[in-house]
Amino acid sequence: MLVSIYRYNPETDLKPAMVDIEVDVPADRDLMVLDVLNLAKEKDTTIAYRRSCREGVCGSDGMNINGVNGLACITPISSVVKPGKKLVLRPLPGLPVVRDLVVDMSMFYKQFEKVKPYLINATPAPAIERLQSPEDREKLDGLYECILCACCTTSCPSFWWNPDKFIGPAGLLQAYRFLADSRDTAASERLAGLEDPFSVFRCRGIMNCVAVCPKGLNPTRAIGHIRSMLIEQSV
Amino acid sequence: MVTSATNFSRTGLSDWLVQRVSAVILLAYSAFIFGIFLVNPDLDYAQWSTLFDSTAVRIFSLISLLALCGHAWIGMWTVATDYLTSLQLGASATAVRLLFQIGCALLITVYLLWGIQIFWGS
Ligand code: SF4
Ligand code: SF4
Ligand code: FES
Repeated sequence: MLVSIYRYNPETDLKPAMVDIEVDVPADRDLMVLDVLNLAKEKDTTIAYRRSCREGVCGSDGMNINGVNGLACITPISSVVKPGKKLVLRPLPGLPVVRDLVVDMSMFYKQFEKVKPYLINATPAPAIERLQSPEDREKLDGLYECILCACCTTSCPSFWWNPDKFIGPAGLLQAYRFLADSRDTAASERLAGLEDPFSVFRCRGIMNCVAVCPKGLNPTRAIGHIRSMLIEQSV
Repeated sequence: MVTSATNFSRTGLSDWLVQRVSAVILLAYSAFIFGIFLVNPDLDYAQWSTLFDSTAVRIFSLISLLALCGHAWIGMWTVATDYLTSLQLGASATAVRLLFQIGCALLITVYLLWGIQIFWGS
C-alpha cells in the first residue's frame, strides 16, 4: 500500500513536503492506520509522530487521515482508503508543526485552561466526598469522556481563524461539563467569562467537531447549552 | 474575556440575539413585500405609492431598515475578524481591517439615512 506522509523538519527543511512510501500490508487483515504508520517507520525511522496507548484512550495520535481528523490507532484503513488508493497522513490542521505529524498543542491547551476545567466549590468540603444524585451524575455523560485529542478543535474553521480567541469545541465541551456539574458553584463566574463575542459565539454550528470526534461526543450540543445558559442568565 | 474595540455591542450574546431577531424581522418584511406582489400581480405606481403613504407600512419599513443595518454591521464585523487578522495578513492586518470596517460603517450609515429619506420623505 502506498502511504503519503507529510514530512517537515523545521531545522533542515525549507518547506514541508508529502513523501510517498510503499508499505507491505497483510492482505487478509484490516490494519489500523497506526499499524501502517508503524510499518512505514520500520522502513524510514526518521518519521515522527505521537502515540501511546494504541487503543483510543490517550488521545495522542490525532492526525489528519485522508482529509479527516481522527485517531490513527482506532481508524481501520478500510474506513478511510478505497482499495488501491493512497493513505494520506498529515498533521492536525491549524496548529504549528513541530515535526512531521507532531504538532505544537500549546494553543489548544491554553484554550482548555481558560475554561477552568476543575471543580470550583467554595463551601467547606465534607468529611468524605461531595455526593451527587445518579440523575445529576447522568448529566455529565457525553461530556467527561473527552480525551483531549484535539481532533474536533483542529477541524473547526472558527478555531483556524481565531485560535487565540475562540475556545474551540474541546474546551467548550469541558466548560459545559463543569457548568452542568451539580457540585460546582461557580456557574455565574464561568458564564461571565464566556459571554464575549469570541469565546463561545464564534461557533457557527458547522459541526465539523461532531463529525470527527473519535469518542462520539457532541460539542455543538454542549455549546448550544452554554448559549442557552448565557441567555437565561441575562434576561 | 476577549473583546474588540471595533465591536459596538461588546458581548457576543447581544450580537447573537440581534442577529437572530433582525433575521426574523427581515424575513417578515420580505414575506410582506412578496405577499403584496403575489396578491396584486398588476400593481401600478399609484397603488404602490398609497401603500407607502400609510404610517404602519413606513414604520415597518423603518424597523426593517434598522434590522438590516444592524444585521449587516454584525455580519461584516464577524467576517472582518475572521479573515482580516494578523494570522492571515500579517502586520498590515489592523490597518486593513480598520479601513474595511470604516468603509462598512460609512456605507451602512449612508444606506440608513438614504432609506429614511425614501420612506419618510415627502
Ligand atoms: S459546531 Fe462550532 S465548534 Fe463545532 S466545528 Fe462548528 S464552529 Fe467549530
Ligand atoms: S471532544 Fe472528542 S474530538 Fe474533541 S478533544 Fe474530546 S475526544 Fe477529542
Ligand atoms: S495511541 Fe492513544 S489514542 Fe491512539
